[in-house]
Amino acid sequence: MRSLSNILYLGIKELRTLARDPAMAVLILYAFTLSVYSSSTSVPETPHRASIAMVDEDRSPISQRLIDAFQEPYFLEPVLTDHADMDEGMDEGRYTFALNIPPDFQHDLLRGGQTSIQLNVDATQISQAFTGAGYIQQIINDEVMVFLQGSGVPSTRPVQAVIRTRYNPNLTQSWFGAINEVINQITMLSIILTGAALIREREHGTIEHLLVMPLTPFEIMAAKVWSMGLVVLVSTALSLYFIVGGWMGIPLRGSMTLFLLGTALHLFATTSMGIFFGTVARSMPQLGLLIILALIPLQVLSGGMTPRESMPEVVQHIMLLAPTTHFVELGQHILFRGAGLAIVWPQLLALAVIGTVFFLFALLRLRRSLA
Amino acid sequence: MSEDTVAVLSEITLRYGNNLALDDLTLEIPARRMVGLIGPDGVGKSSLLALIAGARRIQSGRIQVLGADMSDATQRRLTGPRIAYMPQGLGKNLYPTLSVRENLEFFGRLFGQDGQERDRRIRELTASTGLEQFTERPAGKLSGGMKQKLGLCCALIHDPDLLILDEPTTGVDPLSRSQFWELISRIRQQRPQMSVIVATAYMDEAQGFDWLIAMDAGVILDRGEPGALLERTLCNSLEAAFVQLLPEEKRRGHVELEIPPRQTDTEVAIEAHGLTKRFGDFTAVDHVDFRIERGEIFGFLGSNGCGKSTTMKMLTGLLSFEEGEASLFGQPVDPRDIETRRRVGYMSQAFSLYGELTVRQNIDLHARLFQLSPQRHATRRQQLLEQFDLGDVADQLPGSLPLGIRQRLSLAVAVLHEPEILILDEPTSGVDPVARDGFWSLLVRMSREDSVTIFISTHFMNEALRCDRISLMHAGRVLDSDTPQALMAKRGHDDLEETFIEYLKEASDTPEPPTATNGEIVVVPASDTASESAPPRFSWRRLSSYARRESMELRRDPIRATLALAGTLILMFIIGYGINMDVENLSFAVLDRDQTTTSQNYTLNLSGSRYFSEKAPLQSYDEMDERLQRGEISLAVEIPPRFGRDLKRGDSPEVAFWVDGAMPSRAQTITGYVQGIHTAYLQQLAREAGSDTAQPVDVALRYRYNPDVQSLPAMVPAVIPLLLMMIPAMLTALGVVREKELGSIINFYVTPVTRLEFLIGKQLPYVAMGMVNFLLLVLLSIFVFDVPVKGSLLVLGVGALLYVLCATGLGLLISALLNSQIAAVFGTAIATLVPAIQFSGLLHPVSTLEGAATVVGHLYPTSHFLTISRGVFSKSLGMFELWPYFLALAITIPVLTLASLAGLKKQEK
Repeated sequence: MRSLSNILYLGIKELRTLARDPAMAVLILYAFTLSVYSSSTSVPETPHRASIAMVDEDRSPISQRLIDAFQEPYFLEPVLTDHADMDEGMDEGRYTFALNIPPDFQHDLLRGGQTSIQLNVDATQISQAFTGAGYIQQIINDEVMVFLQGSGVPSTRPVQAVIRTRYNPNLTQSWFGAINEVINQITMLSIILTGAALIREREHGTIEHLLVMPLTPFEIMAAKVWSMGLVVLVSTALSLYFIVGGWMGIPLRGSMTLFLLGTALHLFATTSMGIFFGTVARSMPQLGLLIILALIPLQVLSGGMTPRESMPEVVQHIMLLAPTTHFVELGQHILFRGAGLAIVWPQLLALAVIGTVFFLFALLRLRRSLA
Repeated sequence: MSEDTVAVLSEITLRYGNNLALDDLTLEIPARRMVGLIGPDGVGKSSLLALIAGARRIQSGRIQVLGADMSDATQRRLTGPRIAYMPQGLGKNLYPTLSVRENLEFFGRLFGQDGQERDRRIRELTASTGLEQFTERPAGKLSGGMKQKLGLCCALIHDPDLLILDEPTTGVDPLSRSQFWELISRIRQQRPQMSVIVATAYMDEAQGFDWLIAMDAGVILDRGEPGALLERTLCNSLEAAFVQLLPEEKRRGHVELEIPPRQTDTEVAIEAHGLTKRFGDFTAVDHVDFRIERGEIFGFLGSNGCGKSTTMKMLTGLLSFEEGEASLFGQPVDPRDIETRRRVGYMSQAFSLYGELTVRQNIDLHARLFQLSPQRHATRRQQLLEQFDLGDVADQLPGSLPLGIRQRLSLAVAVLHEPEILILDEPTSGVDPVARDGFWSLLVRMSREDSVTIFISTHFMNEALRCDRISLMHAGRVLDSDTPQALMAKRGHDDLEETFIEYLKEASDTPEPPTATNGEIVVVPASDTASESAPPRFSWRRLSSYARRESMELRRDPIRATLALAGTLILMFIIGYGINMDVENLSFAVLDRDQTTTSQNYTLNLSGSRYFSEKAPLQSYDEMDERLQRGEISLAVEIPPRFGRDLKRGDSPEVAFWVDGAMPSRAQTITGYVQGIHTAYLQQLAREAGSDTAQPVDVALRYRYNPDVQSLPAMVPAVIPLLLMMIPAMLTALGVVREKELGSIINFYVTPVTRLEFLIGKQLPYVAMGMVNFLLLVLLSIFVFDVPVKGSLLVLGVGALLYVLCATGLGLLISALLNSQIAAVFGTAIATLVPAIQFSGLLHPVSTLEGAATVVGHLYPTSHFLTISRGVFSKSLGMFELWPYFLALAITIPVLTLASLAGLKKQEK
């Protein structure tokens, strides 16, 4: 009871401290509004507005038809050019794709022989290169098929593949981008806030003062965890309701309460992480570096940027220890697939376990560093 | 301005928010004199000195110093080097990780001195202050007195004509204090043309000055020679005269302090035997014994750094000790014992309350943490605000209050819960005489009426005289312990200060610095031309002075340097191996409603591909929904009934695929794979049917620059720009903000260094560090990742240099604009992570971005360097093809620097 009231008042103190730093308020506001908006709307569909160059050596109806087939939003209007410019443009990164339609293409096609079109792909543009190439192949095949049908050549396929996409029928990237950005900000902000709150106490000597009062390290840590976690949790809820749901109009399936519960558990883990960094770093500059070192892998490898399946198995296993991995999964389950407790309980459990372990470990470190 | 005035202030008014600090103040300060500024805490002494020094911006009124108008930037620039300013607080303008010599060299360079001149001056200054033997010791490890001497040396290194000292001896022990004033008077003999203005809380010091200014509440009460002041007030001591000068309402309640005799109480409150503390080889406290009775006021006197604070911390449980025993009320000290903490009140030497909470909020927080009942809380708060005269400032932030008032708040908080033992570490340092008497009357009352045991350390001799018993401490040992009267009697003095100094000299191993006694020439006047000529507008020496200092601090913080270097390498590994666009092992399940060999054959096409791995087959649509929702499978395939039969008949059956769209990029990939596999199946069918026209067009794919479509060659050139942005920006971002938060920014305000020199000086070390990072990354990619640089290393290096300049410039900009380190860390994270990862073409080419992101993508330096890096690494392009990107980077650098210049102020607001 006494401990609870200490934790409560120390936490209120943390909130007051934060409120004294208007620059922080502006940054938090930015992180959960404009930053979410701009980074989610920016992430392109793949392919999206991909630049494509065409060297048309046939100049026939079918080549014209192919040129017209590449349209926004998937492709920018094809640039008609020659071989030299094509090479140069690809070197400079102006064209991601370059299509070369050979002479007599239509002629060969109508004669029923095997024809070939060369597609150059800039493989350094990793995200576009592979899916984009697939798209282009598909477009060419479809166009040729339609063209041949019109010319009386039979071309029905023996089997049709009908592909439907669930949960995000048009594969709108911004849906995913927005949620993912919110998740990134949650992780980033909670680690920075708690880590810095601890370093600040150390740098300003106030931690010494706390230690001569009837307070335990557990109370000091718990106060920071709840107060900073609350700040992030409230920002998250507001951001989801007003920015993601309201302003950007992204349909959020599933129970928001459930998601916020998951967020709270995630915050339990990340704020503990922040405390841990605060005990490792001796000064704010060290903390800043540590945070960058931790945030990049957390953001890049937790399945929010690229699918987890694409990572080496070792990495996949290691990242199971990171709360973000489970939180990203949880977010996708609830907010996109509308999953309920029956489905997401493993993630919630994982977050709770990781959070508890992190908390206890950080507490141990804090006790040692204060002794 | 006449020859005889050094500064003329007219109608100076200064406000902090709603608080009036200086009220229409007009004053002429005589030249070539030792001028003292006296007055209670918080009357505007420090503000006045900061204005004269040019460290603070003038809000209204005019100030002329040495004939120059201080509101004019040009005149300030020309006159600045003739002024030296030492701010309040022990070693506030020093750099703790730099040695004594390095600190001095830093200041010498700022004033444009060459190596020879610097060496000569440093030799002279350290010789005259007795710092000679300690030139290689870090400033942070010096005792308080030595820090002040070093601060003085730093102030004197450029032979100023006006020396401004803000409470230079606060918190300094008596011996060091007397040495300090001896030093000043010798210097004045050497340089009689130098004027000195000193703010002080010690009236005995002020007594010896030439001319005094008494201040209160932002106005001047009186000015003149000490003798004249005494005459006018009909007092025989300056302390009394000062009280006499105060307005009626402040004087009221000030009575000569009387200490009633103590009722002896045999109960022991604090006891220590053989208490010993070692830090490595250094023994801070060496077998200290004492025994303090309940209700006793026990004083602790000693030179700075003699172990007083350490002893007190051991008693509170803040520090563990190696040997001996200590007990409070007969109970051994136990850091985990929460109950004892309720009986003890502790006040540390440095202010350790919350600067972000108001005075009232600080009191409330502590009342709650000590679990005071609501009624008692309310009464105590009221009492404390009155007793400590904090009512007027109750809603202000301690950070904006003067030292003396902050000390009062600390003491108020220490006694809040009415503890039985009070451990006070120099509680009255920097507190004015009247307030000190107030403190003591309170202490006396607590001791005599409530039997509170008080263990107090102090540098004021008149306070020591008020203690029941005192211990003299030096170098970790207690020299003697008795009543003050008995100690004086032992040495045959009637003055405690002399007694104490005699004890100290006797105990001190290090002999007096030779020059301190003979008073030989210590400061040789500078070659006049050097100090008279105006400082240049731009000086490489000043710039390099900051650059050197910054790099030294970086070197002294090996953890930071290691994190920066090792960190980039670790991240490179993680991202290089972690990100792979080639998705494999996508899980899928089949709802086969045909169950014929034809349908199984179709499924085999999928499960046989390396991209997919098959899970247990689906039995129903419900199961399909459930498993997709759970994320267990990302693709569900439905083969319709009669698939085999329809296929044979040529009825073109439809196979349905459901793709999990939660992660669009993965869904796209899956769709692509499915189409590819389906096409392959069709070709297979066509071959079986003996025709090869199933696919009339063959699209021949050529992956350029990375023909095997490996992820590493694609990722490595992209990760280098990412890491070279984040680490250098974060390192630099704390550069300026840290000085703002910790106080050393004052050196930038009061020395001739310009904003540009300051910024670039701070930037250069991090640029160098960034280039080392770059080199490591390139080596790593060539030798470990086996990703060679196809183009010219030189071109890549030039690009990296420009880019690192941009990254550090961005960090500096953040640092110049923000005021707290935490905001700088967060701001840098926001300003680098998102744009560098998402908007710069790392994953998606900039041309594909939309909206605000496009603008950011096109402007952000990472985009340009990413193009350069990919161009040189993978496409062996050179300067000829890549020049527009170099140009973009080159333009970004001055833009960032100009923005930082605009954001950085040369004076405190």
